[in-house]
Amino acid sequence: MAKIMSTKELATKIVTGEATFILDVRNKDEFDNWKIEGGKVELLNEAYFNLLDGVDSITDKLPKDKDIIVVCAKGGSSEMIADMLEEAGFQNAYSLEGGMKAWSEHLEPVKIGDLKDGGSLYQFVRLGKGCLSYFIESNGEAAIIDTARMIDTYESFAAKKGLTIKHTIDTHLHADHISGGRRLAEKAGATYHLPPKDATEVTFDYTPVEEGNDITVGKTTVKVQPIYSPGHTIGSTSFIIDDTYLITGDILFVKSIGRPDLAGLAEDWVGDLRNTLYSKYKELSDDLIVLPAHYSFPEELGEGGRVAARLGDLYAKNSGLQVDDEDVFRKMVTENLPPQPNAYQEIRKTNMGKINPDLDEQKEMETGPNRCAVEG
Amino acid sequence: MEATKFLDAKGLACPMPIVRTKKAMEDLSSGDVLEIHTTDKGSKSDLTAWAKSGGHEILKEEQEADVFKFWIKKA
Repeated sequence: MAKIMSTKELATKIVTGEATFILDVRNKDEFDNWKIEGGKVELLNEAYFNLLDGVDSITDKLPKDKDIIVVCAKGGSSEMIADMLEEAGFQNAYSLEGGMKAWSEHLEPVKIGDLKDGGSLYQFVRLGKGCLSYFIESNGEAAIIDTARMIDTYESFAAKKGLTIKHTIDTHLHADHISGGRRLAEKAGATYHLPPKDATEVTFDYTPVEEGNDITVGKTTVKVQPIYSPGHTIGSTSFIIDDTYLITGDILFVKSIGRPDLAGLAEDWVGDLRNTLYSKYKELSDDLIVLPAHYSFPEELGEGGRVAARLGDLYAKNSGLQVDDEDVFRKMVTENLPPQPNAYQEIRKTNMGKINPDLDEQKEMETGPNRCAVEG
Repeated sequence: MEATKFLDAKGLACPMPIVRTKKAMEDLSSGDVLEIHTTDKGSKSDLTAWAKSGGHEILKEEQEADVFKFWIKKA
């Protein structure tokens, strides 16, 4: 029987930069659309149905000196192929437990830093989808920004540290993943905050996020300061935490910028996006550390799995911030956009509370990469 | 559609629908038609890709409730 590797073990290999060989046995279209990337991952794609008579055709492409992790959609085919590899003498073959479906759900917490008045900030990296959420803890209290659907991960993280979750906050109404913010707030007795301009169609009560209404975590002053920054959606709001970190949501990423078309027409919001990126953020300190809600490129995954960059450095390097001509900018964010995230309309409706798909349907809807960025 | 052979792969998870399909095809002659029913969502694109790589022709496919139906002509 083939050895099984958990998503947690694979995540550790990726964020620590261990050389990792992945044999993805899904069909080529699925592989091209969405795959495991980051760290020192080397990939080979060969569909399992081409290997049913034996693995001889690929054995000379497989390493002997490092683990081979076989991956498929749900973990069934990868187990079969890993068994065949083992029989062919590859004692280093593993099957990824639960396949891409499970990989999409794994959250890897990495510490970003300590806060001035005590407490700390963590980034939860969803390696399978490139989604990032943030966990602020101070004085026995916690706030979570852009909570993923898998709320038990945050619950057990808080429980281990003896923290009470007081706030869950969404930077905007998400279109690429189902927010766990409302459900976690209900369960933990916390307050769910959402920008009101993104919440005009929601079917539930929430606390509006507004400039001037800072959110305090713990009895000290870890300030979560909202900055209205429309463009990806009309309500998109950024947060300055502890005067040090800038949570940008889906407006500004490390290597790219947000796309303005997922909640309506790109043309409607391109001006807002331009204004947020080229005026509003420019007034902020260059020394703020940008913490986005997504990454799209494996090279954005930094040391220890962190995704972060200094705002001043992004003004010098991020290609989406170097476009002086407004017309060129408009074209860049409205034409030749990448495909939209899988099931994004249904995901938005779920996040508004308009539809209530069951868990299996939710998992299915979240298949694939986040696709919230436009590269300049 | 007239099929030479019928394969019921309903309820089977990946990779079994393709494993069984491949086995059933081996017993058929060129030009014969295999009718397959599956419930595994992933089998839809996999069967299409598998048939293409083996030169088999998908004559027809349809969905009835949760069941995917395929008619594949052996190369």
